[in-house]
Amino acid sequence: MPVVEAVNLRRTYRTTTGTFRRRSLEVEAVRDVSFQIEEGELFGLLGPNGAGKTTTIKMLITLLIPTSGTARVLGHDVVEDATWVRARIGYVFGGDRGLYERLSALDNLRYFAELYGVEPRRQRARIAELLELVGLEGREKERVEGYSRGMRQRLHIARGLLHDPPVVFLDEPTIGVDPVGARELRATIASLTDAGKTVLLTTHYMFEADQLCDRIAVIAKGRIVGEGTPRELKARVADGSVVEIEVYGVPDETVDRMRGIRGVRAIGVEDRDQAQLLVVQTEPGAELTHALLSELDGATVGRVSSREPTLEDAYVALVSDEPEPVAQ
Amino acid sequence: MTRLARTARLLALGWLFYVKMATRSAFDGLLGILYPLFFATVAFFMFRAGHDSKSLLYASLGAAVMGVWSSTSTTAGSAMQRERWHGTLELLVAAPRHFALVLLPASVAQTTIGLYSMLATLFWGRVLFGIGVSIEHPLLFAVSVLATVLAIGSAGFLLAVSFVRYRAAWALGNMLEYPVWLVCGFLVPLSLFPHWVRPISWVLAPTWGMQAIRESALGGSPLADAAVCLLLGAAYVLAGVLVVERVLGAARRRAALSLA
Repeated sequence: MPVVEAVNLRRTYRTTTGTFRRRSLEVEAVRDVSFQIEEGELFGLLGPNGAGKTTTIKMLITLLIPTSGTARVLGHDVVEDATWVRARIGYVFGGDRGLYERLSALDNLRYFAELYGVEPRRQRARIAELLELVGLEGREKERVEGYSRGMRQRLHIARGLLHDPPVVFLDEPTIGVDPVGARELRATIASLTDAGKTVLLTTHYMFEADQLCDRIAVIAKGRIVGEGTPRELKARVADGSVVEIEVYGVPDETVDRMRGIRGVRAIGVEDRDQAQLLVVQTEPGAELTHALLSELDGATVGRVSSREPTLEDAYVALVSDEPEPVAQ
Repeated sequence: MTRLARTARLLALGWLFYVKMATRSAFDGLLGILYPLFFATVAFFMFRAGHDSKSLLYASLGAAVMGVWSSTSTTAGSAMQRERWHGTLELLVAAPRHFALVLLPASVAQTTIGLYSMLATLFWGRVLFGIGVSIEHPLLFAVSVLATVLAIGSAGFLLAVSFVRYRAAWALGNMLEYPVWLVCGFLVPLSLFPHWVRPISWVLAPTWGMQAIRESALGGSPLADAAVCLLLGAAYVLAGVLVVERVLGAARRRAALSLA
């Protein structure tokens, strides 16, 4: 039996536009998302901002009711058995929010230990264990408002593990954390599966998913567009090659025209100060440098290079193919 | 530990947690000094013309309870909104305990802070305007104050339930501040209002709490008023507990728990 199972999950949000002539719109944030996570697996939900990762995770942790479809955790429906599910899952999200800043880390942990039903006689030892796990021992009596982003994030993880849940949901836990802090957090996340926990991690950092996850589902514009191990996803683009072109001030229409060149699989655009880096993935054997540069005629072109594809290229290829959902 | 003992422990620790948090804000601390000063001044200038020490005490007690209600009505809403801004509301909802066990101590904690406002108003009235506080039945006075605090906390709980579902409902809390001062007879006797106002006053627990406090201070029999006050408070809690899961269900359907 899978530990986490999503079947055709769909979630729409209703929003309004206009001041005097208000119009109601329905936006599909998640569209027919299905996946399964087995026991002890670290499963990554990878996608750009606004792809539907957080909406999916919020449905799984019972905070949002799906518009349609079902989700089960440890065999229990997240809508019908919400209280049962809540007692057995941990939820950690990234960023500055989610903590009582005026109080100490210890105050925060004690209150949540009580809310999650940790036995009073176990609370002191459990909190000490977790403070050691996340490297906050000795700082627990300080107010959270004085904590760095990395320390807050580690406190979040400690809070999410207080009741020793078998399933942990981590929603972009390293977002905004400095590189050293993020590396320490990733080591902590990796240790969760060593302790037998099943983990769902959402991230938009490719290397993080590659390093940590046993399997990855790539989500774009609310839909799962690819799923497999990091190796399987890389294999999707391994037979092609990648041309990188540094260019200054390229219009969107030009990039769209380049996408239409025969042999081009996908194009990603990365902004770098005043320049853009066009990352062009090509079919095997296609020599497209000349054709691509011809389309850029008139634009200032900098460095041009070619290289082997990476997992990030597989990700870019998957997410750039997905059409926008239509608002109704 | 039995389930009942765990629930009592959660309520007690939740109350302590929120009282601790409320006392950590310098801004709220400043308001805590200014508001009672304001309430005591209002009471003095309204009733000084009477030159009657009993009517001044009557007004001073009313002004003192105004602080308890203000602390609850305004902060119960803003506290829920703050939970939403800080992203903690979702974490509280995602916890496996009944959500009423989170909201109730949070509301009563705000009322407890209001209790300080009550004492401070009486203190300022005594120091600045010489309004003597002589309590005829100290024990019954303490019982009446406790009943009033619990009932106002329960009313705050009922308000907070609606704040969970409706993001803009905190404004409702502010809007209710002054009308309740009037219709519960904090400063002006209820007999001065039109008859149609009275049923509204009767279903509001602070009306009975206020009467019980005055009766005990001025030498009457407050027990019946205190009992009605507590019963109404219990009814508010019951109503809140019954609707909170439904309200949460609606918030989960409408994605109203977070600002995102």
